[in-house]
Amino acid sequence: MNGSELAKAVIDGVLTGGVYALMAAGLTLIFGVMEIINIAQGVMVILGAYLSYTLQVHAGIDPFLGLFITIPVMFLIGVAIEWGFIRRLATRDRTALSILATFAVAIVIEGLLTQFYSADLRTIDAWYVDRSWHVLGFYLPYIYLFGFALAVVLLGALYLFVYRTRTGYSIRASMQNRTGAELIGIDINRVSAITFGIGSAATAAGGMVYGATNTFNPDSGYDLISRLLVIVVLGGLGSIGGALVAAVLALVIEDVTAVLWSPVWSSTMFFAVLVLVLLFRPTGLFGQRAVRAQ
Amino acid sequence: MSTRRALTCSLSTLTTLALIGLCGACSSSGGGGSTTGPIKIGISLSLTGDFSADGLAFQQGYELWAKAVNASGGILGRQVSLDIVNDASSPVQVATNYQKLISVDHVDLVFGPFSTSLTEASSQVVARYGYAFVEGAGGGPSVFTRGLHDVFDVSLPVANNLVSFAKWIAAMPASSRPATAAYATEDDPFTAPQLQIARGILEKAGVRTVYNQTYPSETTDYGPIATGMISAKADIVLVGTLLPDVTAFIKQFVQQNYNPEAQIATAGPDQGSQFIQNVGANHTQGIMVPNEWYPTDPAPGNAAMVAAYLAKYGGTAQDISADVAEAYSVGEVTAQAVTADGNLNQTQLVAELHKGTFQTVQGPAAFDSTGQNVKAFAYIFQWQNGALVPFSPNAAQTLEPVAPATAPIIFPKPAW
Repeated sequence: MNGSELAKAVIDGVLTGGVYALMAAGLTLIFGVMEIINIAQGVMVILGAYLSYTLQVHAGIDPFLGLFITIPVMFLIGVAIEWGFIRRLATRDRTALSILATFAVAIVIEGLLTQFYSADLRTIDAWYVDRSWHVLGFYLPYIYLFGFALAVVLLGALYLFVYRTRTGYSIRASMQNRTGAELIGIDINRVSAITFGIGSAATAAGGMVYGATNTFNPDSGYDLISRLLVIVVLGGLGSIGGALVAAVLALVIEDVTAVLWSPVWSSTMFFAVLVLVLLFRPTGLFGQRAVRAQ
Repeated sequence: MSTRRALTCSLSTLTTLALIGLCGACSSSGGGGSTTGPIKIGISLSLTGDFSADGLAFQQGYELWAKAVNASGGILGRQVSLDIVNDASSPVQVATNYQKLISVDHVDLVFGPFSTSLTEASSQVVARYGYAFVEGAGGGPSVFTRGLHDVFDVSLPVANNLVSFAKWIAAMPASSRPATAAYATEDDPFTAPQLQIARGILEKAGVRTVYNQTYPSETTDYGPIATGMISAKADIVLVGTLLPDVTAFIKQFVQQNYNPEAQIATAGPDQGSQFIQNVGANHTQGIMVPNEWYPTDPAPGNAAMVAAYLAKYGGTAQDISADVAEAYSVGEVTAQAVTADGNLNQTQLVAELHKGTFQTVQGPAAFDSTGQNVKAFAYIFQWQNGALVPFSPNAAQTLEPVAPATAPIIFPKPAW
């Protein structure tokens, strides 16, 4: 192990972490507003990957340009899921019931994907997937650079939307006090549908980059969801900034551990950090109180 | 309670116990199916999950065999029907599946799942019911060290898969022999032993190990491992992989312009069109993989199987995964053994499998006391111009192309 190897691990962790932040941001936003845990988020990332794959293979549309189609499509799918499954959950035990409901959604999506695409492994290909930017002795793959830039742009846009628009105010009000927001005239159903739609739309972008950097099949979402849940817990449930910081932190810790020590200990080290953080900050790095103070 | 009533109760209890005992005797001799109608064969396959690429190829192989055997009149004059259930690549589920197939569905025969780890997880359950467990993808050493006498792997014992490759490198003149090697493997009983044996041969020949890592099979971020191999600047790379991880490694090597002189993977490059689609056709040249079967293998029945595959699934012969042949061979061996016995008695079937020699599309099969196929032979395959070309070692350990191929092995591997 040398210094450049360590530096490369940090760079890889930051770049990959940005992509995971994109996937986790939707999950944390949905929890913050709706107080539900969307177990289907991982499978929806894979659905996003399949949409990009389909546009590229069958219509020749570049995966990044294809986001202009897949993001609205995933938004509409999210709105439909909220209307069809989430809105109907009883207010009492809503969080617990949401786990079952969204798990059912995940199984349905996985089944449909298997029916349409089979369980074969696929990957998204484009000129920037195999090429790198050679700078200061490092080869930085364009797909990771573009993916990180996309994550920064989309997370920034999401932040502006939540903190600088009227709908965003409604969303934040719902995050702070769902009942109170309803009392002051905010249409909670509309806010919930928009939030779930945004959370799903984020998976289109995350899924595209994930699909270009990994092989995937309909089952791949289950590998993702456990990692995404851990990221949002570390970042603080409901915090978009927390998701970004936690995702980058998680991937840097894992990559550096793999280089310094062994890949076997990567996850262990990350969970050790998670436990330590939760011991001192039970709400995560940017938990609910911190969010409300923003 | 009156004496009469007590006597009735006692008799009922004794009768029940006797019936349970009889049932137990039935199940311990194996073969819970009926004696008429189709022969039911229970199979658990990884139709989803980490092993799904291989599991689906296995399904194709089993179904092609069933179609072929039914077209030729079946086994013992009875048609065969496959009862395939999904284990989602889970060691827990695969054990449950076989338990249900045998004890609830009462299948007549069972065929093995995909992978060493799932064979290991289910073999104990199958042994408990006295069934013969013929399988095609459980070739890791751990399957054969459990003291079971009813497991039969029709394919190559995998521990020696990379020996031909390692001996080829070791036999090179010192001036052209690679000086360093990098090893990375999943923590899996199929992959890890292969690298361990190859590393021993190479180190003995003076090929220095500059990177050696084992990673958990649930790893999804292969970046640090690839970076480690790249930073070590190894001359040759040996990876213990399946399709997802070998794809990730090749992508990372391409992105970082790392060109080892030789690169071999335990599995993944043998996945035909799926491998090409995932890494890109222009990145396959020179990649190597060990295996037992190739589409033009002159083994009896192979040409017919390849033709049947192409008729059903289309594509080219190069698209056919070696898994298809492994599964097909399971059916062939079982059918020959059952036919030799003349019945479906599992005890007789196990005995026949231990003593017989069988013909398969992969070549001949005969089993030692642990169930390993002692007739199997490992070819080394290399991707050359979009085709997977088989090579076998000659007396000098040099890898020679297997006829009808004539092109020599590509070494060093060309740049990406």
